[in-house]
Amino acid sequence: MSLYDIIFYLFAAITVISAYFVVTTRNIVYSAYYLLLTFFGVSGIYVLLGADFIAVVQLVVYVGGILILLLFGVMLTNKITNVQIKTGTIKIAPAAVGVALLAGTLFAGLLNTNWKTFNSEVPVSTTHTLGLILLTQYGVVFELLGILLLIALIGAASMARK
Amino acid sequence: MEVGLNHFLFVSVCLFSLGIFGIITRKNAVMVLMGIELILNSANINFIAFAKYGNFGYQGQIVALFVIILAAAEAAIALAIVLNIYKTFSTVNVDEIDTMKD
Repeated sequence: MSLYDIIFYLFAAITVISAYFVVTTRNIVYSAYYLLLTFFGVSGIYVLLGADFIAVVQLVVYVGGILILLLFGVMLTNKITNVQIKTGTIKIAPAAVGVALLAGTLFAGLLNTNWKTFNSEVPVSTTHTLGLILLTQYGVVFELLGILLLIALIGAASMARK
Repeated sequence: MEVGLNHFLFVSVCLFSLGIFGIITRKNAVMVLMGIELILNSANINFIAFAKYGNFGYQGQIVALFVIILAAAEAAIALAIVLNIYKTFSTVNVDEIDTMKD
């Protein structure tokens, strides 16, 4: 077992175990903190797949942006004085059976598929190439996403202020 | 066992299933959003894994970048909606919100 494999199993274990705690812990704030660990693990998996720029973007956007947003959502929609920070769950048993069936189907599908994989070369730094093709080949999409983010920002601000 | 494409896809399947489980079973709307984030992450792992093992160049990474941007926009809008729901109904439990208007 090489070092690559050991690091992969470490990050995969962090990701899956903390994702399990995200959906099962009753305290929403703890769930948000487990989500931090999940994003961290996924970022490590991106690095192992040779996507260093995406990994950093994942840390910056998810941990620095979305997670803080979710924590503010928790704090603004629960009164601190009444202990409503715990959340209820519904229909655990049928949901668990259904999700187990879904996961089993997906897993059987991916095991029985004969994926044609290519032996990729040694990973190189992707930032330079990504920046180039983002502004040439995908320039229109890039600009559209900028406009979309602006619209989402204005829409969220105006909706939350009402 | 040598780590290959299947291992990454397995992690992705686990994240996707747990995300679906969270969306189905949790009452709090913010928890439903967390489930959606898990599913988006699993999709991103798939994109980047296939980009590496499928010889697709940088397309998979570009699409993963777009998914992250869309997730940020989606989280902002969804939390604004959740705040409005809380103002209107004084609760964010999705099983108690069954009317469009107060």
